[in-house]
Amino acid sequence: MDFTEEQLHRYSRHIIMPEVGGKGQKKLLAAKVFIVGAGGLGCPVGYYLAAAGVGTIGVVDNDDVELSNLQRQIAHSVSTIGKPKVESLKATLGGLNPDVNVVALKQRLTNGNILDILKDYDIVVDGSDNFPNRYLVNDACVMLKKPLISGAILRFEGQVTTIIPGEGHCYRCLFEEPPPPGLVPSCQEAGVLGVLPGVIGGLEATEVLKLILGKGEVLKNELLIYNALQVGFRKVKVPKRADCPVCGDNPTITELMDYDAGYCAPR
Amino acid sequence: MVDEEITPDESIDIRGLVCPYTFVKAKLAIEDLEVGKVLEIILDYEEASRSIPKSMEDHGQTVLLVDKTNETDWRLLIRKEQD
Repeated sequence: MDFTEEQLHRYSRHIIMPEVGGKGQKKLLAAKVFIVGAGGLGCPVGYYLAAAGVGTIGVVDNDDVELSNLQRQIAHSVSTIGKPKVESLKATLGGLNPDVNVVALKQRLTNGNILDILKDYDIVVDGSDNFPNRYLVNDACVMLKKPLISGAILRFEGQVTTIIPGEGHCYRCLFEEPPPPGLVPSCQEAGVLGVLPGVIGGLEATEVLKLILGKGEVLKNELLIYNALQVGFRKVKVPKRADCPVCGDNPTITELMDYDAGYCAPR
Repeated sequence: MVDEEITPDESIDIRGLVCPYTFVKAKLAIEDLEVGKVLEIILDYEEASRSIPKSMEDHGQTVLLVDKTNETDWRLLIRKEQD
């Protein structure tokens, strides 16, 4: 595939970098990335991956855009309030870069559909806002051996980690079980600084691009914690656990389970 | 440095282009060459006559020739040393 003149201009700042070049840009155009959630994290992740020319971006979310989303979910707008978030995101990304094929799925991810949905993608990004989904996505990615970039945000703090099944830790090596329902406040209850998902989503998108390009280090066996009030980044080591219930030597979780048990039903 | 005997394996004419598209075209042309082959670049943007050789060296390639061939044009010869 040769670049069009338009693509030479669009991607010129990538092509001139030694770590990217024309070859790297072609890898980006051929890549398929799936984003779980079209909310605070999904918006900036999708925005930057589309701008970078990631050729196929899948996204799943069952919610519609609400006015209260617009404080941080930058791909939506007043004109898409009431419409499915995935359609709103798809329209925004299509306007930014027509090279990108956005696959919009307005549905819930479940233990029954996730393996089939993720199987055609190279890399998965988790921008979900609840624990059942976070563990469902982790376990599915471990079983499918798909790299997973996991991000989380609350108030002034955010986290990012990169899970490479078979090579490094997984989310259950870090936190074996979801916390009991109600123990950890959701961002609906506790709030989140509007810009925070931009920082964390930007870091997640950066991890994705490095994985596609095969350049640099990623947050394998590490959790990066950002505190906006203290302006601090901290890296915590997260070893892969031999006794991890899903990615360990003798896993006890060998098929997807009911992740919603005990949690309130999704809206 | 000037070696009139070198015969380039590929040639691109990027007259009329300005930075950074001069280097975009030059870099894509170098990427398509095999290691050891020589690329000839004809250009008329003065700044690129300096920036392309510098960037090529930064990327690990060897600049064999930078020659002002007439009032407006330069001719560069770059040997590809690495992918």
